[in-house]
Amino acid sequence: MTRIPLLRKILWGMVVLAAIGAVVVQLRQPAPRVEAAFRPEFSLADAAGKIRTNAEFRGRYLLVFFGFTNCPDVCPTTLAEVAQVMEGLQTQAAKVQPLFISVDPERDRRLGLTEFTAAFHPSILGLAGDDAATRAAADSFKIFFEREPDAAAPDGFTMSHSPRLYLIGPEGDWLRQYDYGTPATEILADLKSRL
Amino acid sequence: MRNILLGGLTLALFAGAAQACETVTLGDLSIGHAWSRATIGEGRPAVFYVEITNAGAADDALTGIATPAATMPMLHETVVTDGVASMPHAMSVPVLAGQTTELASGGYHGMLMGLTSALKEGDSFPVTLTFAKAGAVTVNVEVLSLRAEGPECDDAN
Repeated sequence: MTRIPLLRKILWGMVVLAAIGAVVVQLRQPAPRVEAAFRPEFSLADAAGKIRTNAEFRGRYLLVFFGFTNCPDVCPTTLAEVAQVMEGLQTQAAKVQPLFISVDPERDRRLGLTEFTAAFHPSILGLAGDDAATRAAADSFKIFFEREPDAAAPDGFTMSHSPRLYLIGPEGDWLRQYDYGTPATEILADLKSRL
Repeated sequence: MRNILLGGLTLALFAGAAQACETVTLGDLSIGHAWSRATIGEGRPAVFYVEITNAGAADDALTGIATPAATMPMLHETVVTDGVASMPHAMSVPVLAGQTTELASGGYHGMLMGLTSALKEGDSFPVTLTFAKAGAVTVNVEVLSLRAEGPECDDAN
């Protein structure tokens, strides 16, 4: 008679342990990312000083990268991918406008924005607004950038920034992001499925 | 016209890739795929990528780079943390035994600041790599297009 309750205790103990385990597993899983639809806005000067806004690109997809022209690694790699994507789109290329938004606008205007973007692809439009407009655009895209003091870097600072590509739809809706390192072929296939 | 342009770009991407495919050896280390990207002017820093294979049994480390092409060459690492890319200095790059270490896009790379002149596609320049144990060796770095993603080598590394 005494052995049965013991077995029961053990079994109930296991049930309790399993329940605790399930709760722990549940808690450790990251909360699902809610990517509610939003429409990023920007109002930034192009290389010629003309203010360009998101409104004028309605009806086209925007492929947006925030970077700076003094960036030797991440930015050229990503813009080279954008160039491949634009070439791969062929006749559909007109439906996509790639944007390079400078997070280091003052220096990039001085160094030359157009010669940088054109070196990758003539269709890439470089934008470099003033500091307030740049911050507003980044906030609107919900991205982060920061000027970091770095005595060893040119001009004594470098930039940390979100290295992703953002896709904005023809209605201005934020559609998705492509993480840094996403192959151009993958981006191209995704774009083609939408066009 | 468009096709001619595209053809030109394709050629530019692959032209002269042979040099970057050369391998030099230093003891147990073999160093190859040394390349850089063309720069627009000399005011912007250039990049230096290379591949180091350590066939030996002992770990080593790349502790420095030097080149006549730039007054301030440094080792950096691109780090992406919580969706933000930054580029801290790397004091040294581990070159572990039996492994191939890449200085490549999105990871460790050389940053060449204070260029003595703009890097033009098709040019090459020497970079001397200093290792903690193996000593120093000089490789020829090939300047590829600004759009290049790496040299095209037959060994498909």
